[in-house]
Amino acid sequence: MTEGMPQKSSDALGAALLLAPALLVIAIAFLAPLARLAALSFSSPQGVLAAYRELLGDEVFWIVLRNTIGLAAIVTIITLTGGFALALALTRLGGGWRLALFAAVVLPLWVSVLVRTFSWMLLLERNGPINEAMVATGVIGQPVQLLFNFTGVTIAMVHVLLPYAVLPIYAALVKIDPALLKASEGLGASFATTFQRVLLPLSARGVATAAAFVFLLSLSFFVTPALLGGANNMTIPMLIDTFVNERLAWPLAGAASMLLLGLVLGCIAVIGRFVPLGGLAEAR
Amino acid sequence: MSTVSFRGVSKRFGVSEVLQPLDLDIRTGEFVSVLGPSGSGKTTLLNVAAGFLAPTQGKFFVDERDITSLPPRRRNIGMVFQNYALFPHMDVGANVAYGLRVRKISSAEIATRVARALQTVQLEGWESRAIASLSGGQQQRVALARAMVIEPDILLMDEPLGALDRQLRKNVQLEIRRMHLRAPRTTLYVTHDQEEALVMSDRVTVMRSGRIEQIGTAEELYHSPANTFVARFLGESNLIPGEVIDVASGKARLSVPGLERPLVGRAAAGVAKAMKAAAMIRPENIRLRPGGLHGRIVERVFLGEITAMRLVVADGIQLWSRLLGADVPQTETMDVGWRDEDVSILPDEARSK
Repeated sequence: MTEGMPQKSSDALGAALLLAPALLVIAIAFLAPLARLAALSFSSPQGVLAAYRELLGDEVFWIVLRNTIGLAAIVTIITLTGGFALALALTRLGGGWRLALFAAVVLPLWVSVLVRTFSWMLLLERNGPINEAMVATGVIGQPVQLLFNFTGVTIAMVHVLLPYAVLPIYAALVKIDPALLKASEGLGASFATTFQRVLLPLSARGVATAAAFVFLLSLSFFVTPALLGGANNMTIPMLIDTFVNERLAWPLAGAASMLLLGLVLGCIAVIGRFVPLGGLAEAR
Repeated sequence: MSTVSFRGVSKRFGVSEVLQPLDLDIRTGEFVSVLGPSGSGKTTLLNVAAGFLAPTQGKFFVDERDITSLPPRRRNIGMVFQNYALFPHMDVGANVAYGLRVRKISSAEIATRVARALQTVQLEGWESRAIASLSGGQQQRVALARAMVIEPDILLMDEPLGALDRQLRKNVQLEIRRMHLRAPRTTLYVTHDQEEALVMSDRVTVMRSGRIEQIGTAEELYHSPANTFVARFLGESNLIPGEVIDVASGKARLSVPGLERPLVGRAAAGVAKAMKAAAMIRPENIRLRPGGLHGRIVERVFLGEITAMRLVVADGIQLWSRLLGADVPQTETMDVGWRDEDVSILPDEARSK
């Protein structure tokens, strides 16, 4: 028993040593720039809070904020719906098919978001395959505008974020005993009832984790909205980009960044009340 | 409550025939268990009855109505699973009420019926307990209440006691039996445990490799098994292989190498002259008989009120005998005998049918 103590402290030392390199990288590459950005946001020549005052007083900021949250919300809803269906299919498919579908879900994670976004540009073009197919099958009379608007951004973002929804939901669904679904069906429940009363409550944590992932990632998504969105679909990350690259207004960029960070942290705090944050780590 | 019939039901998964075409009828209020080793097709049979599997061929009837293509939720079945399959996020009351809620029954009636169902399984007033706080036996009783509260036409049970420990299993067996006798309900009970099948059932169906080997009451199966497989599967038995000399008026004579006189016994169906067969004698029917077959005791197993002894009676012929403690001889040898009516001559190859 008494030997346990030194053992424990050497374990802690070992853990600290193992963590050190990663913590160092985070400190240098993430925390330091963040602190610098925070400092910049208060460094406006017009006064300490001038950048924030300018931002919050500008109607454009509020429109952009609404765009950002609206886009994130819609992308989250669509991704969760599709992700749940996919995850459910994964639990039902047999060996080979499951592997193939898993690959289809996970492999895109290894492809750069930039590449995937450009791919969607090709697909969604006015004369692209999607428009051609829809015209050919008579779904639409004429090619429709799918690029540089809300639709295009949403489609591509759902695709990019789908794995982040599928994986935690799948992890929750595989833990559900298949006999429960049989029991429910045997007792006379339709699939809709089984879904609502058994499947959804028992996978709620996975769904909440997925929702948190997708929503938070959507809020700060830059590449896809920037490349596929139109002038009316500006989001906060794009706004920050213009502050930095076009107006060289670092205090404004810093202030917008801090507000976005605050929004994300606020969301995490709210979600954390429903899902233990360890749940975010559960998603493999 | 209803009659149930499988007519020519078979099931094939790819190339493997899990169920060969079979017929099985269950009378109203009858408790029939399906007994067999794993892989015998018994769970497949249950899933066909529940509607989770469609038979490759054949039809399934409830009250003479063909419901082969009806999905499970339209069948009015009560199912009890080996791992209970209780909804972990609902309390006891909500679990039992589930099937009633789905049927859109008024909440006042649901409450009464749930309370009554819990009373039948002796969990009166346990509605608001959490499932995780119950023991295995209690969970299984909740599962029973949940299956019975919907007044199912058929009760289907898939090894419901498999996860319980031995003592508890015995208690629940008797409890299920009493419940069944109080309020008979057409029941199909799948198990690989022979004792369970014998204790609870009105009739037992023994299955092997997708076929029904025999259907009958526990007594019929025990005393007149159809073949060596059934004899071996139910209870302990001595099986002495030999060749049939002749069959006459239900009796057969079996010549056994190493024994001077042929063995005489009831001839099972399919036993014919000159075929390979086996004589079955239950160990409890092998009794002390001075001047009978001379046997050397090579093993004694103390089992409490009885002692089992392994006897060598001839070259290569061993018999197990079970005697009450007071009758057990303290000698190295004993003379044994049996009555001809306690001997069954069975087809040795169960497939010979």
